[in-house]
Amino acid sequence: MATVSVVSRITGLANPTRFLALAGRVIPWLAGVTAVLLAVGLVLGFRAPPDYQQGDMAKFLYIHPPAAWVAMLTYGVMAVAALGTLVWKHPLADVAAKAAAPIGAAFTFVGLVTGALWGRPTWGTYWVWDARLTSFLVLFILYLGLIAVWRTIEDPTRAARVTAILILVGSVNLPIIKFSVEWWNTLHQASGALSLTDSSVDTSMLIPMLIMLLAFTLLFLTLHLTAMRNEILRRRARTMGLLAAGRAA
Amino acid sequence: MFGWTHGGFIVLGYAITALVLIGLVVWVVIDHRAQKRRIAELEARGARRRSAGRPVRAPDPGAAS
Repeated sequence: MATVSVVSRITGLANPTRFLALAGRVIPWLAGVTAVLLAVGLVLGFRAPPDYQQGDMAKFLYIHPPAAWVAMLTYGVMAVAALGTLVWKHPLADVAAKAAAPIGAAFTFVGLVTGALWGRPTWGTYWVWDARLTSFLVLFILYLGLIAVWRTIEDPTRAARVTAILILVGSVNLPIIKFSVEWWNTLHQASGALSLTDSSVDTSMLIPMLIMLLAFTLLFLTLHLTAMRNEILRRRARTMGLLAAGRAA
Repeated sequence: MFGWTHGGFIVLGYAITALVLIGLVVWVVIDHRAQKRRIAELEARGARRRSAGRPVRAPDPGAAS
């Protein structure tokens, strides 16, 4: 009974008008919680002591891993949305994927730039062609390519199908990014922070980092819901324009 | 900078992050206003949504009981 209720609620959200109403109620709360978490995370991060090896460069912990996490999360969301387009033909699936792409590209850019700025004093170079950095750069190029495809194909239905296939093909890059540090000998270190009980990072740095991870995730959700709302309105305006032109002809 | 070793790199990293994320927020807000304005203009010119032309369904007499 409860499962039926959850499914019917999700199906109900397939209606763009219902989605717009829900997004309008949720976005202000999400934005408020995100702002508070960002402020708390930044204050705790700046007050955290320097790392015994990295010194003050550990301040990058509070922006680089959260940006990289959201960059990958966004692509994961797009992959699920692509399945929604191709398999279930969910009316909001392509909207979700298209709205997520520029946000994912921006977070990937932040991940690349902050990584390079951290790398110069720590590794002695801004960039190396190791597996983690290269696969992450591929993710950025994938985002830009997908945005270009959406802009190139005028028919939204055709664009949705083409981009959904490309997204699913590109999703093979996600496990490559994640496991590249284990599969290959890379300059980029393995991640070993994401646990409060078994972490290589001291709690004075781990807590602000986890708060920033949550803040960046909520920032993505806020931006994504808003961008989806914009995309629905854009499509609604396009249809209204076409119908008006049809009546005038 | 700020007494940090390599402070310039840290400040530049945070500045670029802030710029990109604030840019994203500004972009979605401006885009939202633009789409709402576009729909309002279309409605003012008499354009209607596809669903606006559909006949209104009579309420189910048993629904209120």
